[in-house]
Amino acid sequence: MGAGHGHKLHYHGHSLIHRLPAHVKIVALLGFMLTVVATPREWYPVFAGYLACLLAVIAVSQVPPLYLFKRMVIEIPFVVFALLMPFIATGPRIDVLGLAVSEDGVLAAWGLLAKGTLGVLGSLTLAATTEPRDVLAGLERLRLPNQLVQIMGFMVRYLDVVTEEMRRMRVARESRGFRATSITHWPAVARSAGALFIRSYERGERVHLAMVSRGYTGKLPRT
Amino acid sequence: MSTPVLDVQGLAYAYPDGHQALYGVNLHVHQGERVGLLGPNGAGKTTLVLHLNGILTPGAGSVAVSGLPVTKQNVQEVRRRVGVVFQDPDDQLFMPSVRDDVAFGPANLGMRGKALEERVLDSLDKVGMAEFVDRPPHHLSFGQRRRVAVATVLAMEPEILVLDEPSSNLDPASRRELADILRSLDVTLLMVTHDLPYALELCPRSVVLSDGMIVADGPTYDILTDDALMSAHRLELPFGFDPRAVRLPSAG
Repeated sequence: MGAGHGHKLHYHGHSLIHRLPAHVKIVALLGFMLTVVATPREWYPVFAGYLACLLAVIAVSQVPPLYLFKRMVIEIPFVVFALLMPFIATGPRIDVLGLAVSEDGVLAAWGLLAKGTLGVLGSLTLAATTEPRDVLAGLERLRLPNQLVQIMGFMVRYLDVVTEEMRRMRVARESRGFRATSITHWPAVARSAGALFIRSYERGERVHLAMVSRGYTGKLPRT
Repeated sequence: MSTPVLDVQGLAYAYPDGHQALYGVNLHVHQGERVGLLGPNGAGKTTLVLHLNGILTPGAGSVAVSGLPVTKQNVQEVRRRVGVVFQDPDDQLFMPSVRDDVAFGPANLGMRGKALEERVLDSLDKVGMAEFVDRPPHHLSFGQRRRVAVATVLAMEPEILVLDEPSSNLDPASRRELADILRSLDVTLLMVTHDLPYALELCPRSVVLSDGMIVADGPTYDILTDDALMSAHRLELPFGFDPRAVRLPSAG
């Protein structure tokens, strides 16, 4: 339905997965995630099964795997944490490649990595095959309170505007010779963040004014 | 004369912090007129606009739109009749697609289905943006967003269109395109601006608001050539612009 100008996470296509109603996909993802999280981490073959399911869905959706893989960088902080776990955790030690690591830690790291990766991949697949506005419409059909759907809608709409404003402020700062190189520069950055917050808040008020001017009474009309 | 579309009488307003912005404003706009509301920054132009559709409530005086007084009970109908296009299109366009954004106003008025879709396309057509109906607003150029913002208000079929600084931040080509569009619309227009050449181009009549009072009301040409009035109220023509040397577009 979109004209190929969707969000950065969206991959335009017409596959079966793209065409599925958004609320079906949301429920499927939620069900999938709850199952994954509830599975004991020692059931290794089951996780392989989950991954196979997910890969099958991705194959049907015709979203290039590389497209999704690049966007998985978001998981890196968790990966780093997972990799640290075997060294930090206590308990009996085992030898892996000559390093003494905690057995519990290795298991916990595996659990975090496996479940996290499945979650990220699943969410990215949803995002790649569903336009943000359809996700919102789907959530609304699932009876999520209207106010929450509205808030998410505004977040999607204004994320780019606020990011752009932040970028302009950084450019303006740096044009006056400022570079955040040491901790003594942090107050300036913090003040910028404060200014950004106030600007966004004021923009929110102006947007509300513009909405009220067009007859808004508290509920977005379903069109 | 018939009932004015816009009838502002003795309007005074002070902000909650005590700052008095308007001191008894009288303004009448009649059907089919295009009126420029001129004034320097801080003259109270935007405050006046916010009274026209009942966002602010007058401290004294009254506002009526086609005979309907602006009161709490009438506010929904008043907002249909008075379409305000705000200065920053990013404030006005908040839906995920141009279609949803233009539909927002009429849908709030209870319109649905095919009639709504027709209204949306018709309004976008008037501003030459029909082909962008499925695009997200933030992917359009600034000039295009301004035009869509005009369409969002046209979709409510207002009796008067109020534009707050319509030419700000537009490049000369977008500026001219918008002028052509505004001239082609069959609607009463109140244009708030300090872009004096733009007012001269579009509005046969202008009023000057200065320090919360209307200090002049007459043909735009006469106001812009009244040097004493201009300098008394911080109105200046851009460098090199001489209204006496301009051939005015034929009245329309």
